[in-house]
Formats: sequence, C-alpha cells, structure tokens
Amino acid sequence: MILSNTENIPGKTIQEFYGVVTGSTVRAKHIGRDIMAGFKNIVGGELKGYTELLNEARQEAIERMEAQAKSVGANAVVNVRFTTSSVAQGAAELFAYGTAVKVE
Amino acid sequence: MDTPTLIQLLVPVALLVSAYFIGSAIEKKHYRALRTREHASRRFITVTFPYEPRDEEIVASTLVTGSVVISVDYFKRFLAGLRMLFGGRIKSYEPLLDRARREAIMRMKEDARAGGYHAISNVRLETSRIASSSGNNKGTAAVEILAFGTGLKLARRAPAAP
Repeated sequence: MILSNTENIPGKTIQEFYGVVTGSTVRAKHIGRDIMAGFKNIVGGELKGYTELLNEARQEAIERMEAQAKSVGANAVVNVRFTTSSVAQGAAELFAYGTAVKVE
Repeated sequence: MDTPTLIQLLVPVALLVSAYFIGSAIEKKHYRALRTREHASRRFITVTFPYEPRDEEIVASTLVTGSVVISVDYFKRFLAGLRMLFGGRIKSYEPLLDRARREAIMRMKEDARAGGYHAISNVRLETSRIASSSGNNKGTAAVEILAFGTGLKLARRAPAAP
C-alpha cells in the first residue's frame, strides 16, 4: 500500500478512484504516563510518553485506513490528511483520511 | 508568621525559581541541538509543494511523519497568566512552539532519511491541543505538533538513447 499526501503517487499514474477511505482511533491517556507528564509540566519541554502514545495511535488509524482501502480493491491512498481532536477529558481521537486509488 | 503560611508561600516560589532555571537550561540545550541537526540536514530537500525533480526520476514514495507533544513550564505559565491581565504578545510561549515545530520537522526528516528517501514533498504542519486530564485548567495542558509529507526516492534519469 502506497500512501501519499500529494494529489497523485509521484512517478505513477492513477487508473481508478474508489472514493474516501478513513481510519480512526480514540485513545485515553495512561495513568502512569499522566503522573509523569504532571511532573514534566513543572519544568516544561517534551512529554515523551504522550508523543509515543499519539504516534502509536496515529499508526493504528493509518493501518485501519489502509485496511479499508485494501477491502475496496485499491493499492494506494492519495491526499492523506490527519486530524486530532480531544473528544473527552484525557482522551483524543486520531483520524486519518484520504482517497483510495489504483495505480499502475 | 506561622509555619504553615510560610510553607504555603515558599512552595510556589521554589517551584517558580526551579522551573525557571531548569526550563531555560532545557530550552538552551534543545536550541543548540536543533541548530546542529538542522545544519547537518540543510541539503535535504524539504518543500511545501508537490516536488518535481528536473534531472532525476521518482522511483518510490511514502508518507513520512514526525510529531512532538510539548508542555509549558510552571514559570512560563505564570508569566503568561500575568500577561493575560493586560493582553498582548505572550513572549514566553513563542520559543516553545517554535522549538516544537522545528523538532517535529527534524523528526520527519529523520524518518524519511532512515527509510532511504532523498526528499520530502508537500510538507504540512498541524497543531492540536491535547485535553487536560483534570477538569480545571491546572491539569496537563499539552500541544501536539505533527509534520507530515511525502518522502521521495530519487534516481538519476537514464540518459536518452541517441
């Protein structure tokens, strides 16, 4: 599965469009990580635990999007976009979407 | 003055002072690291539009990402709180967001380089606020910066047959 955030796959031509495919996941923060983040909040800087957490979650959203693209017979997703929104206290939704296509 | 009120007064002051020193030390160190890393990767093509190489052809592409979650230190939050009485520019927050963006871009470049890609096309940056876990504003307030783009593998174009 080839992913791209440009309008086509560079160096390839699109043969068929299959429409929008999406993938999302909602993750809550881990208590242990939250306590560490609380300490980190005093001195500032990067919250590594959260960076990892959101990276894992985003990877999962991408995998779900890929699975959906595969199920409709596509071999690539173009114009991929991401959004992150906090849906509740301490939980965030990671959402990935794009257009499923077939390239030669 | 009795002891409990003295402690009540001293703890925030101690927090402020230590947050100021540790926070600015971390910031200086990070800026130094960023400068050397950015200098080392200055030849790496990173553009915000769909890149079309002139002399090379694109042989492979993939999505590359880099992200970072950052929070503000206690001292800067205090300064911002003061600033919010009058409004205007919150200078203490600006370097934080600047650092986070540059770090996210560097991570994206490193992601691309680790996969053997030579350029990143159509770079986009996104900022989102991660909800605090406690109901009030004193909980963990954090901002996530995500940089993403399309990594390209380039190869020299075969010379046209005469």
